[in-house]
Amino acid sequence: MKYIVAIIQPHKLDEVMKNLEEVDVNLMTVSNVLGRGRQKGLTEVYRGTKEVGSLLKKIKLEIAVNEDFVEPTINAITKGAHTGEIGDGKIFILDLHEVVRIGTGERGGKAIG
Amino acid sequence: MNSGDTAWVLMSSALVLLMTAPALALFYGGLVRRKNVLSILMQCFIILCVISLEWILYGYSLTFGPDTGMGIIGGLDWIGLKGVGGQPNADYAATIPHSVFMIFQCMFAVITPALMVGAFAERIKFSAFLVFTILWATFVYDPLGHWVWGTGGWLRNLGGLDFAGGIVVHTSSGVSALVMAILIGKRIGYQNQPFRPHNLPFTVMGAALLWFGWFGFNAGSALAANELAANAFITTNTATAAAGLTWALIEWQQYGAPTVLGAATGAVAGLVAITPACGFVNPMNAIFIGMLVSVFCYVAIAKIKAIFKYDDALDVFGVHGVGGIWGTIATGLFAEKAVNASGADGLLFGNMHQFLVQGLLVIVTVVFAAGMTWIIFKFVDAFIGIRAEKNDEIVGLDLTQQSESAYTIIE
Repeated sequence: MKYIVAIIQPHKLDEVMKNLEEVDVNLMTVSNVLGRGRQKGLTEVYRGTKEVGSLLKKIKLEIAVNEDFVEPTINAITKGAHTGEIGDGKIFILDLHEVVRIGTGERGGKAIG
Repeated sequence: MNSGDTAWVLMSSALVLLMTAPALALFYGGLVRRKNVLSILMQCFIILCVISLEWILYGYSLTFGPDTGMGIIGGLDWIGLKGVGGQPNADYAATIPHSVFMIFQCMFAVITPALMVGAFAERIKFSAFLVFTILWATFVYDPLGHWVWGTGGWLRNLGGLDFAGGIVVHTSSGVSALVMAILIGKRIGYQNQPFRPHNLPFTVMGAALLWFGWFGFNAGSALAANELAANAFITTNTATAAAGLTWALIEWQQYGAPTVLGAATGAVAGLVAITPACGFVNPMNAIFIGMLVSVFCYVAIAKIKAIFKYDDALDVFGVHGVGGIWGTIATGLFAEKAVNASGADGLLFGNMHQFLVQGLLVIVTVVFAAGMTWIIFKFVDAFIGIRAEKNDEIVGLDLTQQSESAYTIIE
């Protein structure tokens, strides 16, 4: 089992979700997050005072999948979130030790989807 | 007695109340960090409560009561509104009940200390703020209002012109705000960390409501529903429009983008600058007053503040002090008897004397307000301590002074 964390551009969320649905990955957690990468954020000006290093708005997706779904999930996110511009984001893949479905107490691979 | 005049001044009183809360409260509240927004709203709101009572009990009598003989202060004849009833007082407004004039002026006394809230924002102890506000209203606003507006007041007798409060309200609070900002010190982290406005839509809404309420402030100061009120209404709108546009254009040229905060700030500066002049100048000259106030205030906020590094947190001095001083001087330039026969001609209409009188108004107000604010600060600081505890400031004034928080994150 893997735990996939993806940081993407907010305006690409709908496309990513559509792609994930097509490969039958429906469960996910989505959050609004702030972050920055090589571009080091934006500069804002308030009454003539520059505030540098403003963090950029991003979307964080968290998806737990069984091994068979790892590559399709990565492909779906990459295809949906890609623009080729700086700031497209990243996908992190972590090993997942255990899953528990709170409602039934099921564990492991059958609790994941 | 004229029922049209009475209705207009009563309505204007309500408009000026709206300027303190919600307008000024939102304008300032949006500019602070989210941990301090309630402290700003509370300070504006409680001033409405406290100064309304101060005014009824003794403030009105000190400011507008029969002069005690030297032109310095009104007597105590009208404390508790004794003798201030339905009969007009011809010295102030012959066509409306005396009580209506009193409640209109009450709203001016309320908003003036509220303007200063922006200078010491995010770091003042609430108890000290309350005591400071009452003392400032009593020892700065009431005497100064008497000098400029009260029957027998010495600046009024010299012929000083201040139609709606450029001196009494804006210059006095703006200069006092600068003194407060310097004495209370910088916010922790000032100039080392970003201080971003937490809700600019609040601020823009507040600025727009200030513009709306200001028609009561300026056109209401005609104290009648007549052509003078109409002139004040039009010059107010015109100067504000010119100032808001000018500020946006300056930023566009300097930073490549016109900000809505800039347009809103410029508009408020325009409102301030036209305040003393609105009943004495014509609408074409109001355009100049508005354009120039944005230039002056922009330089004060973006350049001069950066050089001297004082933490006037929400630019009370930069907008109200600088704008009020410019408006008072501009009155001495652009005033004309063709607009208001009971006013005077300014320098551009051949009257050097009026220009010098307006300059004297500014000098007297700056010295008096700064000196008294310094004394009041030292006094309150010695007994209560004005600055919030370091840890309270870091946690935020909402939680530490008001024991509540503005926004929940979960449910």
